[in-house]
Amino acid sequence: MANLTDDDVKHIARLSALHLEPSAIPAVKKDLVDILNYVEQLNKVPTEGVEPLSHVHGAVNAFRDDVLQDSLSIEEAGKNSADFTRQGFRVPRII
Amino acid sequence: MSALIKLSTSEMRAGLLRGDFSAVDLTRAHLERISETNKQFNSLITVSEQYAISRAKLADAELAGKKESSPALTGIPIAIKDAIVTSGIETTAASKILKGFHSPYSATVIKKLESSGAIIVGKANLDEFAMGSTNENSAFGSVRNPWNPDFVPGGSSGGSAVAVSLGQSPISLGSDTGGSIRLPASFTGIVGIKPTYGRVSRYGLIAYASSLDQIGTFGRSVMDAAITLGAIAGYDEAHDSTSVNEPVPDYAAILRAAKDKPLSGIRVGVPKEYFVAGLDQSVEDTVHFSMKKLVSLGAQLKEISLPHTEFALATYYIVALAEAASNLSRYDGVRYGHRSKVNTTLQDMYGHTREEGFGEEVKRRIMLGTYVLSAGYYDAYYLKAQKVRRLISDDFRNAFEKDCDLIVAPVSPFPPFRLGEKIDSPLQMYLADIFTVTANLAGIPGISVPIKMSDSGLPIGVQLLGRAFDEARLLIAAQALEQEVNFDSTAMTKKYGKA
Repeated sequence: MANLTDDDVKHIARLSALHLEPSAIPAVKKDLVDILNYVEQLNKVPTEGVEPLSHVHGAVNAFRDDVLQDSLSIEEAGKNSADFTRQGFRVPRII
Repeated sequence: MSALIKLSTSEMRAGLLRGDFSAVDLTRAHLERISETNKQFNSLITVSEQYAISRAKLADAELAGKKESSPALTGIPIAIKDAIVTSGIETTAASKILKGFHSPYSATVIKKLESSGAIIVGKANLDEFAMGSTNENSAFGSVRNPWNPDFVPGGSSGGSAVAVSLGQSPISLGSDTGGSIRLPASFTGIVGIKPTYGRVSRYGLIAYASSLDQIGTFGRSVMDAAITLGAIAGYDEAHDSTSVNEPVPDYAAILRAAKDKPLSGIRVGVPKEYFVAGLDQSVEDTVHFSMKKLVSLGAQLKEISLPHTEFALATYYIVALAEAASNLSRYDGVRYGHRSKVNTTLQDMYGHTREEGFGEEVKRRIMLGTYVLSAGYYDAYYLKAQKVRRLISDDFRNAFEKDCDLIVAPVSPFPPFRLGEKIDSPLQMYLADIFTVTANLAGIPGISVPIKMSDSGLPIGVQLLGRAFDEARLLIAAQALEQEVNFDSTAMTKKYGKA
C-alpha cells in the first residue's frame, strides 16, 4: 500500500518545480496515493533477467554526420520570450 | 452548408481536376462549415482563415499547371492537432502555459503536408499536452461529440476527430501515446490510425512520452486516413533519432488494388484476456459482430493469449508519466510561454509559472512522474515498468510469430459517456485506455474502424492491430471490414448546418 506524508508531497512538488499551496496538499496526496496503489501491482510480475525496454525496435546510437547546418537566428530564438535581450534571456536572481 | 464538405478526398480531388470547383471554393466551404459549428463543438482552437485562402490560391495555380501530376493532397483541407508546431500559426498544446506561442519552426509532418499541397484550416483542440481520454482537460474548453453534444468525443485528439466527423475538414492529424487517436475515432464514428512507432517523424510534435508518442491520421474512410498517412510517413534522419529507415509503401495504391476476399488465409488473433468481466455489453457485441464479418471476408479467427495484458495500464502510467515529467520540465517561463509575475527568485518564478500555466491533470501527471523517477524509487517503479514493458512487447511478438497476422480487439471498455461523468476520478478515466495502451507499449500499428451504434445512439469502433511496419496489411483488412459493415461516417457532416 502506498503511503505519502505531507512532507513527501511537498518534496515531490519541489522536485517538479511546481508551487503548491498548503490547501492543495490533501487532494494531491489522495490522487497520487490512488494511482500509486494501482501501479504497485507490477510487483506481482517476475522480471528476473528481463532486459528493460526503451526503444521498441531496439534502435540505438542514431548518428548523423558532424556537418554544420543552419540553426535558429538569435531573433527567432528569442521572439517568444517574456524578457529577451541579445545578451540572453533575462531571469530573476538565482540566489 | 456546402455539399462539398461530405466528399471523400478522392472525390474532392476528382472535382478539382475536372474544374467542378476550385481549391478556393473548397477551402471556403470548409471555413463556412467551421464558422457554423465550431462554437457549439469547440473542435478548433485556432482557425487559420487567411493562411488557408492564400494557400488555396497557390493550390489552384498548381492544379492548373500540373493537373494530374500535382501532389496528391493539393487543395485538400486538413486540421492539425494543436500539439504539432506550425511556424505561421499559433500552437498552444491546449495549455495556458503556451498561449500566444509562435513556433520558430514547423514540424516535419507539416513540411510534408505543405509539399503534398494540403491546406491547414485550423489547429484542433486536445486534452492539454495530450494528457487525457475525453478532451475535457483543455484550457480552451471541452470538445463535444457531434453524435450527441452532451457526450465526450474521446481524447486526447478529440478536436481532430470531431473536425473530420463534422466536416470541418475531410482529414486531420492527431497523436496517439496511449490511444489518443483510436479512442476519439471510435467515439466519433470515423477511422483513426496510430502508425508503428518510428513510422512518422516526431520532430515538431510537442512531446508527452517520447518512447510512446506517434503522430497519426483521421479520415471518414480507411482510404482517406491511409492517403494522409502516406503523405506524412517516412524516415527523418535529420531530426528524429527514433525514426526508423523503412520505406513507405504506396498505401493508396495497395488499397485500390485490394482483391475480392482479401482476408483469405489471414489469421486474426482474438486475445482472450481482452474479454473480461466489466466489458460493456454493446462493446462486446460490436467486437463479436466484427469478428463474424472478418470470417465472412475469409479470415480465420484464432484465440490467442497476451498473458501480461492485466499489467499494461500500470506499466503505461509509470513509463508515460515519468517521460512526461521529464519532457514538461522545459516549460519554465524563460524562453517561451507564460511567465509568472512572481519574480523573487528564479526557483519561485519557475514554481509559480508552472503552477499558473498547467492544468490539474498535467500537474498530477508531472508529480507522479517525478516521484517514480526520484532517488530511491527509480528501480522500484520506472526500471520495473520498463522490464514489464519488454514482457508485454514480447507477448505481441510471440503471437505474431506463431499464431496470427492481425489482432482484433475492443477500443474502449465502454461506449461514449457524458461530459463530466468521469472527470472527478482520474483512475476511472485512466481505465478507458486499457485496450489501447498495449499497442503503444509494443510499438505496433493500430487502427480504429467504426462499426455500429451503442444503445445510447453513439458510435462504437473496433480495433485492429498489426505487426510493426505492416500497416499495408492492417489497412487492407480495415478497408475490407469497413466495406462489409458500411457505417456512414459522413452522417454528422449533414447535420448542424444553417439553412
